[in-house]
Amino acid sequence: MADLKELKKKVVESQLWRSMFRHDYLDTPRNRVLQIMANVWLHLHPPKIRRHAIKIRFTWCMGGITFLMFLVTVVTGVILMFYYRPVAEYAYADMKYLEFDVPFGMIVRNMHRWAAHGMVITVWLHMFRVFMTGSYKPPREFNWVVGVVLLTLTLLLSFTGYLLPWDQLSIWAVTVGTNMARATPLLGTEGPFAEVVGVTPRYDARAFLLGGTLVGPPTLLRFYVLHCIFLPILASLLMIVHFWRIRKDGGISGPL
Amino acid sequence: MADEVRARADPPDRLIVQVSEGDATIWSRRDFFSLAGWGGILAALSVGGLAFGRFMFPRVLFEPSPVFKAGLPEEYPVGTVSERWKQDQRVWIVHEPDGFYAVLAICTHLGCTPNWLNAENKFKCPCHGSGFRRTGINFEGPAPRPLERIKVALADDGQLLIDKSVLFRYERGEWTKPGAYLKLKV
Repeated sequence: MADLKELKKKVVESQLWRSMFRHDYLDTPRNRVLQIMANVWLHLHPPKIRRHAIKIRFTWCMGGITFLMFLVTVVTGVILMFYYRPVAEYAYADMKYLEFDVPFGMIVRNMHRWAAHGMVITVWLHMFRVFMTGSYKPPREFNWVVGVVLLTLTLLLSFTGYLLPWDQLSIWAVTVGTNMARATPLLGTEGPFAEVVGVTPRYDARAFLLGGTLVGPPTLLRFYVLHCIFLPILASLLMIVHFWRIRKDGGISGPL
Repeated sequence: MADEVRARADPPDRLIVQVSEGDATIWSRRDFFSLAGWGGILAALSVGGLAFGRFMFPRVLFEPSPVFKAGLPEEYPVGTVSERWKQDQRVWIVHEPDGFYAVLAICTHLGCTPNWLNAENKFKCPCHGSGFRRTGINFEGPAPRPLERIKVALADDGQLLIDKSVLFRYERGEWTKPGAYLKLKV
């Protein structure tokens, strides 16, 4: 025992240790608050909350579960990126490879898939709860708007991810889905005022999404970039604003 | 002594810049640089955004050619709607007594491929039941407008030449345009 204490003292007082940790952590109430306040991630949350805010019957924890689902898709998604190649020749085969030949590949892919499905469900339930408790009312009306944008981003993340297995189901789903872009006002060939702008099927909103006039290899690559880089970063930034605004708007709304 | 007291009671305020009428300008130096800075950032972002917009439309697409040769006119009996190219090209070729027209086999509702029903003399979409007359005019189901016709011409070797990149839409009065109908007695 004495030896262990001696050893700890030696380690803690060594220059290597001291260069990383300047002093001990004192477990005082002040330090506990500072841990929250001074932490770059946790300061988004309030250091203290009201009693009703942790009632599961009031919040259903749906926002928190949605965020958990998002974290699961981020972690499993990055793991999947080690094998998946967004190239028409390989994409489907890589998906099969992950399912059948990579150890734990099936569970990682299915975690990604089910967390994505779950996120769509919980984000709707979260919206429903916020609506039913009137939590969208001032002063929280801006956070409602941020939430609606986040809902759209969640659906777009699902939609772009849907193409990546590159099977018949995903190709035709995205064909139908992107056909809607033809009807974009001004920028779609079949939308209002298309003649005024002079867009053609080759140069319009749909071709911008597809990288051509049909769902082909360029579409797969485009959707992959949107799915892995553009949409997650945008969603993360808006989530930071979303969580921070809860604190700034006076914490979680009270029961009606 | 009196001067000293006055100075203390009424010190010159050096923090507020006094601008006489003659020196007054529209913008202060600070305003000018702020505006120039933000203007520069905005201009750079706009140029970059426009360039990116163009960047996303490559000059060359590696896609199947929209132009194909559909064989000799004699291969299509007069008065028939041919489904010969539907599988490969999504095109019907209709041979009328005085010529040819080609119809794009893409339903104007949601983009499915309809079928030609010879007995009922109509195109019928299996997805949501849209029906189109032999001409391509919609008459039943959810399709909001007629099927689109595409360009038909004769190639140098006498074959029919179909160009799917040239579309003719009835509701825009384009079916009377040259190319929408090939006048040809076979």
